[in-house]
Amino acid sequence: MRVIAALSGGVDSAVAAARCVDAGHEVVGIHLALARSGKGQAGSRGCCTPEDARDARRVADILGIPFYVWDMSTDFQREVIDDFVQSYDQGLTPNPCIRCNETIKFAAVLDRARALGYDAVATGHYARIVESAQGRELHRAIDDDKDQSYVLAVLTPPQLSGAVFPLGDTRKADVRAEAARRGLRVADKPDSHDICFIPDGDTESYLRRHLGEREGELVDVTTGETLGTHDATYALTVGQRRGLRLTVPAPEGHRRYVVGRETGSTRVLVGPQELLSVRRIEADQPRWCGVTPPSQSDVHVQVRAHGDQIRARLLVNSEDVAVELESPLRGVAPGQTLVAYDGTRVVGSATITRATS
Amino acid sequence: MTPPRAYVDHAASTPILDSAAEAWLRASAKVGNPSALHGSGRAARRIVEESRESIADDLGVRPSEVIFTAGGTEADNLAIKGLAWAAPERPRILCSAIEHHAVLDPVLWLAEQGRPVDWIPVDSIGRVSVDDIRERLSDDVALCTVMWANNEVGTIQPVAEIAAACADAGVPFHTDAVQALGHVPVNAGLRGITSLALSGHKIGAPVGVGVLVLDRDARVVPVLHGGGQERDVRSGTVDAASAAAMAVAVRHAVKEQQAHADRVRLLRDALAVGILDRVPQAVLNGSPEESLPGHVHASFPGCEGDALLMLLDAAGVECSTGSACTSGVPEPSHVLLAMGVDPALARGSLRFSLGRTSTEDDVDRILEVLPRAVERASRAGSPTFRTVS
Repeated sequence: MRVIAALSGGVDSAVAAARCVDAGHEVVGIHLALARSGKGQAGSRGCCTPEDARDARRVADILGIPFYVWDMSTDFQREVIDDFVQSYDQGLTPNPCIRCNETIKFAAVLDRARALGYDAVATGHYARIVESAQGRELHRAIDDDKDQSYVLAVLTPPQLSGAVFPLGDTRKADVRAEAARRGLRVADKPDSHDICFIPDGDTESYLRRHLGEREGELVDVTTGETLGTHDATYALTVGQRRGLRLTVPAPEGHRRYVVGRETGSTRVLVGPQELLSVRRIEADQPRWCGVTPPSQSDVHVQVRAHGDQIRARLLVNSEDVAVELESPLRGVAPGQTLVAYDGTRVVGSATITRATS
Repeated sequence: MTPPRAYVDHAASTPILDSAAEAWLRASAKVGNPSALHGSGRAARRIVEESRESIADDLGVRPSEVIFTAGGTEADNLAIKGLAWAAPERPRILCSAIEHHAVLDPVLWLAEQGRPVDWIPVDSIGRVSVDDIRERLSDDVALCTVMWANNEVGTIQPVAEIAAACADAGVPFHTDAVQALGHVPVNAGLRGITSLALSGHKIGAPVGVGVLVLDRDARVVPVLHGGGQERDVRSGTVDAASAAAMAVAVRHAVKEQQAHADRVRLLRDALAVGILDRVPQAVLNGSPEESLPGHVHASFPGCEGDALLMLLDAAGVECSTGSACTSGVPEPSHVLLAMGVDPALARGSLRFSLGRTSTEDDVDRILEVLPRAVERASRAGSPTFRTVS
């Protein structure tokens, strides 16, 4: 195969590319310039820094493969960053890594790779692709701590057919050891955890810069009584208790939490802890990683990366889906991605629109 | 078996001459700081001064007007900033819109410091108008700078006429001749040329050496302060070995210029005709008659330059998009934009620059692999303008 290896400058993508070379593929290393963070922002974390580009280049040197930088910043701005800010503006909780995989890495980059005569894009994601009688399947990685199948659950069969994940059957510690053995200097580079275009990790300040103030009332969800005010809807997340500055004490001293938001307004709803327990989730824009599941099936669901897996009944309609959870889940917000699993197999994903108890 | 490779990026860097490498090795084996007063120092100084005299003879200037630098970028910076700083009472700077970044960025930096800049426009082949410049010249201009020949499209500028106009107006004139030397006749002693920048590795000397030819009457404030080794305008121990190699390369460039130009022009014309024949939608930029003999610059509609570059690299052809960028992220070339080329088309451009080691086989190799690369790149399109499904 002719493979484009996306080299972020980190250890995972480096080992993934090395394994593609070992497998006999014709490999070209590509570093994606995504966020235009300005010249030489030394010391900033995340990806897309000049240091990461250099690290990626050195990996390609050591592997003996060509290396290029692809400027995807315009696509990334429109599809990921703008979407991220707009989603928060609408009171949703987006996951930009999922959007990036859906619209950049396995769309814009894969399309470009295919047009240029390449067969697939290889990344350092921890997930497995399994060939079965039903076609290609996406599965969890064997390393539960590193499993990234959640952020890949938006990939459709045509996208999966052009994806290579060489690390799915390896534990992270072994990947680091392998990188060291191969002489890759990125072997001990720390993992990136933050959103890459918010390198300081301060999402609230980032949103404040882009959205300004979004003042509104804090409203008791049961009585409708105004309990206080807030200055930014996006700074409040479902399940949050601290920093609400409520001026009216709760009866009998019950703690009160953010439980939701009135659609189309800046009124944020607060209520007792019980309301956070979700038993039913509705979601739209389903994307199936393989065959479309039957109208009813038993699955496990997950609503955030590395979140709990809950047994659930998956109900599939033509346009949307719902899940009925066997045990309650807390902190579910519209905009989050619902991912359904059948064992280790990823069934698909959908965007959460509503969560009820 | 690895396929044959065609290196057609001589404008970026051309192979070192054997004779220049030998001169460098010979001189580098000797100890001695050229500024030292003992015998070894004098021996090193002798190498530097003989090199300086040789270069002065070849360029038509006096030895004292040859200043060794660490490269073309330093030579340009010294001229631009040095001349501007030396004339604070003359705030304006005239600068062509198609300069190399080694000139463009110092001028932009001076503009940020408050110096007013006239950006001299160019026509569709990338040439400035002498009349336009003449009208802008006045006694409030600190310097005028126009490159001898453009690094991207290869267009040669009317330097002699511009220099004369500047001399008539009493305005210092700097020209970046980095791309011109060896390809067209370069006389640094022309009336009106205050300073002229050269780079070693474009003519077969090592990377890391350059020359600023600086008129002996020019007033320049140094960029580097220190021992004042080079006429008190450039400090730093003079690199005798690099000076020796530079002298050899300049001699070769000047002596062989006509024969070299005649030879590469034939190859270049064959390449240009071949490109239009094999890829009819290609657009050649600049004008062959007004261009450096080894340059072909072409735009490929619907393609992106870096995609073409990658495909050609894989097929054994090493060229460039013309505008190198340290981060590797391509921007539409300011040169093409100044020439009025559509930004999308500008992004789909390639520069093939032929040089001393270029052969007919190189041309054949390019023409063999180019059509398929263009076809594939046009399928990929440009990520900037493509929508994501």
